[in-house]
Amino acid sequence: MWMTFVDFAVAGMVAIGMALILARLFVGPTLYDRVLAVNAFGTKTVLFLVVFAMMVGEPAAIDIALLYALMNFIATIAILKFFRYRSLEVALSQMALRRALDGEDDA
Amino acid sequence: MSVGFFIELGLDLASAALMLTGAVFVLAGALGMLRLPDFYTRLHAAGVTDTLGAEMIIIGLMLQSGWSLVTVKLALLGLFVFLTSPTATHATANAAYKSGLKPILQRFNPRASDDEGGAS
Amino acid sequence: MGRGLLYGVILTLVLAVLWLLLSGMWWHGIITGLGAASVIMSIYMTARFGLIDGETVPFKSILRFARYWLWLGGEIFKANIEVVKLALSPKLNIKPVITHVGVSEGSDLARTTYANSITLTPGTVTVEVEEGGFLIHALDESFADTEAFIDMGKRATAAADGGAS
Repeated sequence: MWMTFVDFAVAGMVAIGMALILARLFVGPTLYDRVLAVNAFGTKTVLFLVVFAMMVGEPAAIDIALLYALMNFIATIAILKFFRYRSLEVALSQMALRRALDGEDDA
Repeated sequence: MSVGFFIELGLDLASAALMLTGAVFVLAGALGMLRLPDFYTRLHAAGVTDTLGAEMIIIGLMLQSGWSLVTVKLALLGLFVFLTSPTATHATANAAYKSGLKPILQRFNPRASDDEGGAS
Repeated sequence: MGRGLLYGVILTLVLAVLWLLLSGMWWHGIITGLGAASVIMSIYMTARFGLIDGETVPFKSILRFARYWLWLGGEIFKANIEVVKLALSPKLNIKPVITHVGVSEGSDLARTTYANSITLTPGTVTVEVEEGGFLIHALDESFADTEAFIDMGKRATAAADGGAS
């Protein structure tokens, strides 16, 4: 089956991309570069998992990829929220209230 | 028999082309994230991976898997990535902007200093 | 009220089908039971938040959205190639700009669709949502094309709010 080789090549390329993103994660001068790198790394992990699942014929890995995509999104939002408010307990209404009181320049 | 064979071959070829192109876009996005000068420009490079690279690989895999639950799951995954990636990108960009990270706004041309230059 | 009930029923059906597809088991005592419990919990909580409306259950506009997404896919493809060319050219030569784009009238859904479409198209990212419009960061001057933004906004509004009406 030559498609397995295509899968293998694609998985390899995604893995190289992950390594490059990892370099940005270590270098990244600001916090937001790192958050962006983590997010991009997560997306690539999802892709790698999906290709890997097809390559070895293990459909269960696709479920893991779905979960990983969900976790990746929530983690990104949670990290950003934490570094903006230094807390995860700020409710949405409180955030709106604080913004109204502070007049835009929070953080 | 032979018709089925050719349909199979065509699907495989289309799938291979889509996946390899998608992987090239993923690599290009990763390279762009290393090369571009500041955070806001890197966002665009990350977007290349999130949109075209991811969707092409997922559609290619859908062609490969035939009609099964796996196809449905892949379609869901593609839809999910398509819907969440702009939200995540916007959240990151907005957080950086709110915290006062200034973007580079003049022409960026020099060949040196790939990694520095983020105006923080 | 009858409308809310219809949305609730549609949402229940979609969630149930989603569970069946993801679990892959059409009838298995424990797993189907857990699925039914999850669906009921989700519907109960959504109803308690008062969120069951046309925005949560956008199945009336799904055909229009499908057409819009096809068009958006083409735009994304073109923009991707431009961004890759810019980012990988041996001599990096870009001029990032920040522009302000006014928003055409429309519902919240239309404006969200518009902002997300701008972000989804590589080369442009919505940085800030302001009162009268969006603040957009573009990778290069060539992406900050006001006409194209306005066209996209019109299409997004038409997709989200229905027709050219």
